[in-house]
Amino acid sequence: MIDAGAIRHDFPVLSRTVYGKRLVYLDNAATSQKPRPVIQTLVDYYEGYNSNVHRGVHALSMEATQRYEEARQKVAAFIHAPSAETIILVRNTTEGINLVANTWAASNVGPGDEILLTEMEHHSNLVPWQKLARQKGARLRFIPVTHDGFLDLSDIDELLNPNTRLLAMVHVSNVLGTINPVRELTRKAHAVGAAVLIDGAQSVPHMPVNVKELGCDFMAFSGHKMLGPTGIGVLWVKDDLLQEMEPFLLGGDMVKDVHREDATWNDLPYRFEAGTPNIADAIALGAAIDYLNDLGMKNVRDHEMQLTRHALEVLSELAGDIDLYGPKDPSRQGGMVSFSSREVHPHDLGTLLDREGIAIRAGHLCAIPLVRGRLKVPGLARASFYIYNTEEDIDLLVAALKKALTFFRAKGVAASHVH
Amino acid sequence: MFIKKKPETNRQKFDFEELDELYREVILAHYRNPQNRRQIEDADIRCEGFNPFCGDEVFIQLKLDEQEGVAEVGHQAQGCSICKASASMLTELLKGKTLEEAEALSRAFHRMMRGAPTSDEKANALGGLKAFQGVLKFPIRIQCALLPWAALESGLNEYRARIKDR
Repeated sequence: MIDAGAIRHDFPVLSRTVYGKRLVYLDNAATSQKPRPVIQTLVDYYEGYNSNVHRGVHALSMEATQRYEEARQKVAAFIHAPSAETIILVRNTTEGINLVANTWAASNVGPGDEILLTEMEHHSNLVPWQKLARQKGARLRFIPVTHDGFLDLSDIDELLNPNTRLLAMVHVSNVLGTINPVRELTRKAHAVGAAVLIDGAQSVPHMPVNVKELGCDFMAFSGHKMLGPTGIGVLWVKDDLLQEMEPFLLGGDMVKDVHREDATWNDLPYRFEAGTPNIADAIALGAAIDYLNDLGMKNVRDHEMQLTRHALEVLSELAGDIDLYGPKDPSRQGGMVSFSSREVHPHDLGTLLDREGIAIRAGHLCAIPLVRGRLKVPGLARASFYIYNTEEDIDLLVAALKKALTFFRAKGVAASHVH
Repeated sequence: MFIKKKPETNRQKFDFEELDELYREVILAHYRNPQNRRQIEDADIRCEGFNPFCGDEVFIQLKLDEQEGVAEVGHQAQGCSICKASASMLTELLKGKTLEEAEALSRAFHRMMRGAPTSDEKANALGGLKAFQGVLKFPIRIQCALLPWAALESGLNEYRARIKDR
């Protein structure tokens, strides 16, 4: 069980006020707040042993290298990767996906091949594949989404076929919260010989994730959504695929031997980490993982399920004023609720709630094809939860929503008769 | 367990003063009842504006008379109240203006939305657009008010380039 009230004290930013009101931070799917141990880890690195990794013979460099590699091991253990050598440290989920598109996919996708996505992909797991498909003469196909926000798998046996080279899909939707059946779909994809990439940006921070159990080939996620700093993310690649992948960025640290005309690649995973890496943020990501492990990921998931259950319950009081999107089932969605009002545009809601100290996300949520194309709304408002959120936070959201609707409704009504 | 705290008393009301300035009556009146919301099929000038960050979209069509005055104007907008109201007001103000006057008005509005000092005479020319001054206190929303005007300017530029080529 998570004691969110106590946890809050570990997050300095949560004690600040916004417009004189306590900050109620409900934009965790965009980025999480950082606990003191993570912030302190950054300070310790820069004040205590700042130096470059993998090359210095001096004490500081050895210390930094050790801490950097320990962080990689922590990441590997966190997602149950078979070895630390399969963990590539990148900037974020987007960079991880682009790395796969530019390396594995560039040499394994050809004319007439198909890449299967879902209609609920974040732009980061869509736009790189659009470019690759154009370059290679490959075809993008999409698993449709039902109005309840689930994948419509009725045509899956046709969508996954011997031409499918890759299934790239989101584990937990950043728009609807839907938890997708990635394990089952991975099995189906492998049965037709397709590789599988999972966008874990919204799953790895919030629930136990085991890449061995899922069986996928690639998994990308971001550190900043899981209590870590910005600028550090992870790409995990199954060992046999990683062995045959060409490097992405070339330069220092990724080579073993260099001659005037050519070079040989370094061992894994260094082959994929050219140049000085993001040392401080990687080590701090390790601290974030320690923090999450102390809480237990099962407890994190249970806490968020409880918050989602509460949110769905209290938001249903506003039925008629507020439309809810997505599964509306806490056991089938991540810790978030998306909603819209028929009268007040999400951005106006966002501004009104902001004045109450409540931070939510509003807009197309970087998933225009889903929001506009499938749900057919101009935008959504999204409240997303994490370990430090309480039921009181959600009650404050609902109270502020009621106030916002009342405020907005009273405006411009009299004057509209002028026209 | 959740620690229940008594909600703070200052949550009882919004910071009304600034929100009232942002959401002025005239702005929300236009939002609720947009003017000239129709497509003009045989338009001389077509304007489009997109804000990739928030997804707002504005389309404006102008039909000119023989003196290059705005004879008819129509618009379609998808976005927040500020953006939609700005588009609606734009269409009301443009009717009967020459293209030079339309450009001058757009320049004056852009100046106001940058927070630049404006002479009384110019401020008066802005008419109802002065209602958008309250948006200046919400910097992230300034782009919402400007989107229809940015669309207008790019549409006018395209039109001029087209005329020149003829």
